[in-house]
Amino acid sequence: MNALQQLPSWAAVLVAGLALMSAVLAFSGSLGLLRFRAFYQRAHAPTLGTTAGVACMVGAVVLCFSLLQDGLAVRALLIGVLLLVTAPIGLLLVVRAALARDHLAGTPGIPPWDDDLEE
Amino acid sequence: MKRWLPHPLLSFALLAMWLLLQHSLAPTDVLLGLILAGLIPRLWARLEPPALRLASGFVALRLALRVAGDILWSNLMVMRRIWSRRAEPASGFVTIPLELRDPWGLAVLAAIISATPGTVWVSHDARRQLLVIHVLELVDAATSAGTIKQRYERPLMEILQC
Repeated sequence: MNALQQLPSWAAVLVAGLALMSAVLAFSGSLGLLRFRAFYQRAHAPTLGTTAGVACMVGAVVLCFSLLQDGLAVRALLIGVLLLVTAPIGLLLVVRAALARDHLAGTPGIPPWDDDLEE
Repeated sequence: MKRWLPHPLLSFALLAMWLLLQHSLAPTDVLLGLILAGLIPRLWARLEPPALRLASGFVALRLALRVAGDILWSNLMVMRRIWSRRAEPASGFVTIPLELRDPWGLAVLAAIISATPGTVWVSHDARRQLLVIHVLELVDAATSAGTIKQRYERPLMEILQC
């Protein structure tokens, strides 16, 4: 707590704003997961948290710790980069699993599975 | 050079990541980072990754900035949709004929489309070069397809020179 008091007030406002914005984005993503009805629509919602949500939080962390410690605290940027690269993989797996399931069930209005196209 | 450092860019990225994680420039950390940066790309080469040739760093930088802007913008759009009281969004699948064949380009395109809220990569037929994506708020399929091709596929083909 004492360390945080050394933060200049303009920076404290900015850091708090970014952290709050990040929380709002992550919450919106979860709310979307709840509100959307179709599976493929639901897949869109959590990306709010993994993109802009993480970007805001990383911004807050970098700003806060760059001012409190000497030098630029860029380590948190790694979190953003690694999430940006890995989150789509998880999303892709989930969506493709849903596609395979819908295909086996014969749900109408579903795009063809790749294997069918290849034959 | 080629023998010792099969993937110089990957080696550099690994060393930078290692030093960032360790948060120090002490000789032991640098040494261990150099060893990892030397060894891991050799394991990677064993996987026989397809050849990567980057033609234009400038176009890559411009694409990265464009993607960052698009991601932020679509975050706001999707957030507005989630909080709105109106009924379900009119979403749907869009089929896009692609010209891009390069596996690296396709991987980056998949990451861009999936990381952007509002669009998700669904399937890709390599033989017929057809990509299917799901769009949360679909207004016009042809417009969506044109946007993806114009904004992302064109610069990717420029970067990879194909």
